[in-house]
Amino acid sequence: MSDISKPEDQARTGGSFLYNQGFRSIAYQVLLGGVLAYLAWTLYANVNANLERQGIATGWDFLNTSSGFDIGESVIEYSAADTYGKALLAGILNTIRVALFGIFFATILGVFMGIARVSKNWLLSTLASWYVEICRNVPVVLHVIFWGTVIHLLPSPRKAMVPFEGAFIMNRGVVMPFPVYDPAYPWVGAAFVAAILGVVFLNKWAQRRREQTGQYISTLWAGLGILIGLPAAVWIAFGAPLVWDVPALRGFNFQGGLQLSPEFVALLIGITVYTAAFIAEIVRSGIQSVPSGQIEAARAVGLRPSFIMRYVTMPQALRVIIPPTASQYLSLTKNSSLGVLIGYPDLVNIGNTTLNQTGQAVEAIAIMMVVYLAISIVISTFMNVYNRLVAIKER
Amino acid sequence: MALPTERPIPQAPPDGAAATADTKPRKRGRTVPPPTERIPVLRWARENLASSYFNAFVTAVCLVALYYIVPAFVEWGLIDAVFTADSHEDCRAASGACWAVIEEKHRPMFFGVYPYEEHWRLVLAVMIYIGAVGMTMIRRFWSYRILVPLWLFTLTSTLTLLWGGVLGLSAVDTTQWGGLPLTMVLFSGTIVVGFPLAIVLALGRRSHMPTVKAVSVIFIESLRGVPLITILFVAVNVFPLFLPQGLEFDKMLRVMVGMAVFFACYEAEVIRGGLQAISRGQYEAAEALGLGYWHTMTRIILPQALRICLPGIVNHVIAAFKNTSFVLIIGLFDMLTATTSVLQDPVWRRFTVEAYLCVGFVYFMFCFALSKYSHRVERWLSEDKRF
Amino acid sequence: MNEQTPDTNSNTAADTAAIHLVDVNKWYGDFQALIDINLSVKQGERVVVCGPSGSGKSTMIRCINRLEHHQRGQIIVDGIELTDNLKNIEAVRSEVGMVFQSFNLFPHMRVIDNLTLAPMLVRKMPKAEAEALAMGYLERVQIPEQAYKYPGQLSGGQQQRVAIARSLCMQPRIMLFDEPTSALDPEMIKEVLDVMVELAKEGMTMIVVTHEMGFAKTVADTMVFMDQAEIVEIATPDIFFTKPKNERTQLFLDQILTH
Repeated sequence: MSDISKPEDQARTGGSFLYNQGFRSIAYQVLLGGVLAYLAWTLYANVNANLERQGIATGWDFLNTSSGFDIGESVIEYSAADTYGKALLAGILNTIRVALFGIFFATILGVFMGIARVSKNWLLSTLASWYVEICRNVPVVLHVIFWGTVIHLLPSPRKAMVPFEGAFIMNRGVVMPFPVYDPAYPWVGAAFVAAILGVVFLNKWAQRRREQTGQYISTLWAGLGILIGLPAAVWIAFGAPLVWDVPALRGFNFQGGLQLSPEFVALLIGITVYTAAFIAEIVRSGIQSVPSGQIEAARAVGLRPSFIMRYVTMPQALRVIIPPTASQYLSLTKNSSLGVLIGYPDLVNIGNTTLNQTGQAVEAIAIMMVVYLAISIVISTFMNVYNRLVAIKER
Repeated sequence: MALPTERPIPQAPPDGAAATADTKPRKRGRTVPPPTERIPVLRWARENLASSYFNAFVTAVCLVALYYIVPAFVEWGLIDAVFTADSHEDCRAASGACWAVIEEKHRPMFFGVYPYEEHWRLVLAVMIYIGAVGMTMIRRFWSYRILVPLWLFTLTSTLTLLWGGVLGLSAVDTTQWGGLPLTMVLFSGTIVVGFPLAIVLALGRRSHMPTVKAVSVIFIESLRGVPLITILFVAVNVFPLFLPQGLEFDKMLRVMVGMAVFFACYEAEVIRGGLQAISRGQYEAAEALGLGYWHTMTRIILPQALRICLPGIVNHVIAAFKNTSFVLIIGLFDMLTATTSVLQDPVWRRFTVEAYLCVGFVYFMFCFALSKYSHRVERWLSEDKRF
Repeated sequence: MNEQTPDTNSNTAADTAAIHLVDVNKWYGDFQALIDINLSVKQGERVVVCGPSGSGKSTMIRCINRLEHHQRGQIIVDGIELTDNLKNIEAVRSEVGMVFQSFNLFPHMRVIDNLTLAPMLVRKMPKAEAEALAMGYLERVQIPEQAYKYPGQLSGGQQQRVAIARSLCMQPRIMLFDEPTSALDPEMIKEVLDVMVELAKEGMTMIVVTHEMGFAKTVADTMVFMDQAEIVEIATPDIFFTKPKNERTQLFLDQILTH
């Protein structure tokens, strides 16, 4: 059983090949691959056989057939005569819409609550910690369905609550005034983007200037001026077009203005409030993760408090905050699928309807999964890039 | 939350004399007490509520907000509320909350569609389960010799009570299981099935074999990228298609496995973090002693890794408990589903919010207790001489 | 697993050689860590390896029990060649004990459990027997009273002595020491070296990587000096310390002995 191995020939090893390290590794891997391939093949065959027996069509043809159902709200034009494909697209856009709003509000609320939790003010920090504990220890499903129930208990349009002139909160959702579209607005938007770039350059310039001359130039007011001034100037140059579309009660319902459906509002509140509690915890631990020695050291070299915040505390805290926040954004996006509970027409809701109407479960669920996976990959790619930018180089 | 007056604030001994055993007042010499408020409450208030103008302003804003919110809630939830009612008319007449709905509906809310006269079995099962959880939390019982038999007993006895069919108990099909016991079963099943899977996935992801690693990474990352709902849809709608004709799996079991797999993917990432924290020297020492892969992992690496990432593990266990509520979407009658469907009753429908608050309170109690407990365990471990 | 006979024999290995390295080469990526290492260690021989850091000393002894694997050349331990063959590796590891610079005790186990783990799992020894064995070795390293403590409660010197005892519990014929005193506070170095001297007196085959030249002078049969991945000089201590042939050796000795 033993072949004699010569010193110059390491490849031919002694003993049975069953005990060869490299062989074992390959054998395990081939075995795993084989099992998976066999499993996949069996499942595929079973699915085909089962579908055939039940007389369910396979393939993607259904995407081009008329869906026959209506969608409560949609970013794009959609009617029951449109195809399943378009219905699913409308669902995807609705998912993205509620997720973007949710990320925006959850970030604001979460950062505020996180800072409040480390506040020196006992009352504020106590209230914030109650908020965090209550909201994150209750399932998000309950959050969503709770707000979905509450919003239907609100008064009818005729007795709607009025938080401010022109805005109404009621069981049909929330309506508020909204500017009527004007051709000038895209230019104002472009001006705003240009202003942001301008501020970035201004900061760069100020920094270089400080490095060269040692003189500190505050860019706060100049920056704010550019941010507000440039879009405002463009807007005024177009003749300051502004017409508010104010909602008005016609019959039983409000017409005009920005209309947010009760389902959208309830889902948004539910996932925002839930996710914000987690973001608050992340922000709190991020701030507390900066060792007090760092701040003392900064103070000892005579940095102003605002400089300490900007150059010492924030860069270190952000490093701790960003990665888990990114995963909270992801989970918020995934939790937006709970719209199916309260009738918000998101991707899962429409996919579910498609599934029930066509019976093509495999395809419908595959579409949902692929879309969410794609969204996840996009968000995590962005966050990884940002993370690399703020990361401190360590050995 | 300690009230300000309860907090023992020392009367500012300027020279530390009061702190020593020496009770005889010593001459103070030239020292004087620090220039602060001598009344503890006021001093506390100044330090914590009004240390600066901005701080005082924040306090004022908070107080105004509380003034608008708290009285309204107290009025709705306590003063105008109806706690017991002969019929829903009493609730309709009142302007406050209708807590009577819970008294009226608590049986179907907490026990679902389980046969009414068999509810005692569920009560007993829940009591055994909570007792076992309570015992597990006590440090003194932390040994395999106690915990393994305890949980074997708990799981078999509760499942026997639920299932029936033996010992003269009538058999109850899983489709009739519901409410809190179902939540319990789903949660336990998720952990029992998911945790070992999580360890396997974490080890797979750290494997030196490229195929094993790739399979683990793809599995973990793709499942983490999709919502739990879609996995439950797969378990309910697609999984039956995977099986050859004639073979069927219980729906509850399928859902449970789906949740376990989802849980495992998240937990695997946490455990991977713990594995990465173990120094190479530990692997080398084990290797030099001649321990094989599985002995090295189970005796040396995993015990340390799991301890390091315990907080993360508990977080996902809590998440798994909350996630059991997702079965609402696919129609298993857990606590939340049962509550939702019970309150379809047109007469009581108006008071769904109160019922949801009650269910929310149950979830909150469990999750809050578990997270507080995990903080304590972390403290125990950090005091532990083993690290 | 004990019954298998060494199924590889080398035409070059002498019967008395415990360890035999023939033209061993190793690379980390493009970096060559060992260049044509040739070394023969007889049964019961005490070899001390020294050299500047990064010279490949640790890499060499880590190759001897396959913590690292060499890409070219031949390593034969007790007549068994180290190859990809898992049985051979297993057999070699049960012959060879290793002590690390950073102790590498298992922090979650008591001292006694650290010692009995491998005998019970690898040698399938009954618990009582393993514990008796462990206590015996703890007495040899003079800390039987620490048996039921956790490593974290011990001083560095005590931990390293436990680590030595742990290796001895596998009853190896060869012991490798990878800078066993480098991580210790000065006052603890002696207690560890004393244990090693005792071991040497009992006739254990040892390869020790160390900078403790006093220890080397006392116990070494052979001195090995390594520099830049090569063995530069092999000599007996009296020649090595008084009239080394190579000037690199001389330079190194001047540097560490002037203090």
